[in-house]
Amino acid sequence: MRRLGLSLVLVVLAALPFWVANSYYVNIASQILLYAVFALGLNVLVGYAGLVSLGHAGLFGIAAYAGAIFINGGANHFIAILGALAATLLAAAVFAVLALRGTGLGFVMITVALGQIVWGVAYRWISITNGDNGVSIATRPRPFGLSLVTAPGFYWATLLVFLAAVTTVAIFVGSPFGASLRGTRDQPRRMNALGYHVWMIRFLAFLFSGLWSGVAGVLFLYYNQFVSPQVVALGASAEALLMVIAGGTGTLLGPVAGAVLVVIIKNVASAYIARWNLVLGAIFVVIVIFMPEGLVPGSVRLWRWTADRLRARMVEPGGARQKRGA
Amino acid sequence: MNLWLVLAGNSIAFGGLLFLLSAGFSLIFGLMRIPNLTHGSLFMLGAYFGTSLIAAGFSFWPAAIAAGIGVAILGGLIERLLLRRLPGAELAQVLVTLGLSFMIADLCLMGWGGDPIEIATPAALHGATFISSVGFPTYRLAVIAVAVIIAAGLWMLIDRTRLGAMIRAGVDDPAMARVVGIRVSRLFTIVFCLGAGLAGFAGVIGGPILSVYPGLDQDMLPLALVVVILGGSGSLVGSFVGSFVVGVLYNFGQAMLPELAYVVLFLPMLIVLVLRPQGLFGRAAF
Repeated sequence: MRRLGLSLVLVVLAALPFWVANSYYVNIASQILLYAVFALGLNVLVGYAGLVSLGHAGLFGIAAYAGAIFINGGANHFIAILGALAATLLAAAVFAVLALRGTGLGFVMITVALGQIVWGVAYRWISITNGDNGVSIATRPRPFGLSLVTAPGFYWATLLVFLAAVTTVAIFVGSPFGASLRGTRDQPRRMNALGYHVWMIRFLAFLFSGLWSGVAGVLFLYYNQFVSPQVVALGASAEALLMVIAGGTGTLLGPVAGAVLVVIIKNVASAYIARWNLVLGAIFVVIVIFMPEGLVPGSVRLWRWTADRLRARMVEPGGARQKRGA
Repeated sequence: MNLWLVLAGNSIAFGGLLFLLSAGFSLIFGLMRIPNLTHGSLFMLGAYFGTSLIAAGFSFWPAAIAAGIGVAILGGLIERLLLRRLPGAELAQVLVTLGLSFMIADLCLMGWGGDPIEIATPAALHGATFISSVGFPTYRLAVIAVAVIIAAGLWMLIDRTRLGAMIRAGVDDPAMARVVGIRVSRLFTIVFCLGAGLAGFAGVIGGPILSVYPGLDQDMLPLALVVVILGGSGSLVGSFVGSFVVGVLYNFGQAMLPELAYVVLFLPMLIVLVLRPQGLFGRAAF
């Protein structure tokens, strides 16, 4: 039964370019998938390791910039992608060594600072990154001779990467290593006493998370064929975190739901109002205060709470008054 | 030779400005354990308030003080209405400050437009002051003086008053401070107002040097972060020393290696993190 449902979802997703003929919407679907990959990667840290990173756009951006620089330097797409991912892994290792000096808020602060360094370099190191003007690339790759130039072609490639991300994250989380990672989140001292190398577990989780952020960064580069410092700004890290938190941290598909929500709101909001940041900020504040566990579980809880209240009021209107008297 | 002296003077003036910004940031972080990500926005908001007050006919210093008070009230509202709803959930509080920083940035863009606004140097402080044949801009010397006066005032407040003793107790051990009858939650509000007010005031004071533009918040916040990571959270001495270190790095970095100024700025922070994660003057901050 479950397998049937899963294959049905797969068929619907794969056939999306046919039932959504308009290439604008197919492109939005590609955007959703690529941000979902990013959010899945970030959720490994935020949800399963309990380490909130506000610098992941830095890793995303390093992959995009590295890919663009390799391609413009004459490398073919295969080498460029490998090079971009290697650069991201290296950067993730450096980030992890520094950020894991702290946990909790220390970790947050250090990742903010690291993200801002990447932003500063992207913005200022004009001879490499072309500063505010960003870097463009001329072509998309043609894996196995398939063209990714059209919207459906790119969508299918992104879908494949997305499925790979979901599968590996699911395997990762379900593995004994994933269990030990959740252990370091909930009881770091006990895990340490049990003989687990807490730091190493977190470090590897950071690399894994960084790798998928980098993959998303490469997809982003190919999607836009352009990358600019805006991609690595604090706002971009916050947007990714919003996806994870909005969907529900520590769940496999929460970040995907979050990516759907944020990308759609962003596209809709920017079509009608110029104030996407205001909306983003407001959603952030509302979700954190009223639905800290994420939109889906949060709305269920709020709905139940409201329903309970209504029911209680209808069933015993006198009961509450009596209690107050006593 | 002259260039070096001028750069050094500018560095110290910028350090003074950074101290006004980061002293509050550090106290808030030390006491409430929140890296207040709205701090850059409060700085920018203060600067924008200042431009409006000056345009409405106020002179410079009253405008700066009024902007500081305005931002302090706003800070108090943020603490009371939003952060207070999330007691003990530090992470949620950080995320709320992050969300607010986006909202403030966008509202400033709506209210004051996208063009940079200059704040004129107060007339009495125009020109240069000569110290044995080297001329420094008088206004920057005044900024240094203001920063030193406020640093001294803050030190007196923290080190010599009852309120200061309570704040120190709250920074060191909030649970114990509560047990001995200190209302730590009221301290939160006071410190948040104070920090916000200083940031708003600093925004106006920094106006003649930096001018006011969208994105000023994102430029200043990392600097405050670096100062606090360098100096250690909750430590005034740490913020003071950290501010001047960052002031020097920022100005010399800009002049010597403009493309890598950011790396020059953050490198010492990374070294401190690796060797002494609690900061130079901090006691086991994180």
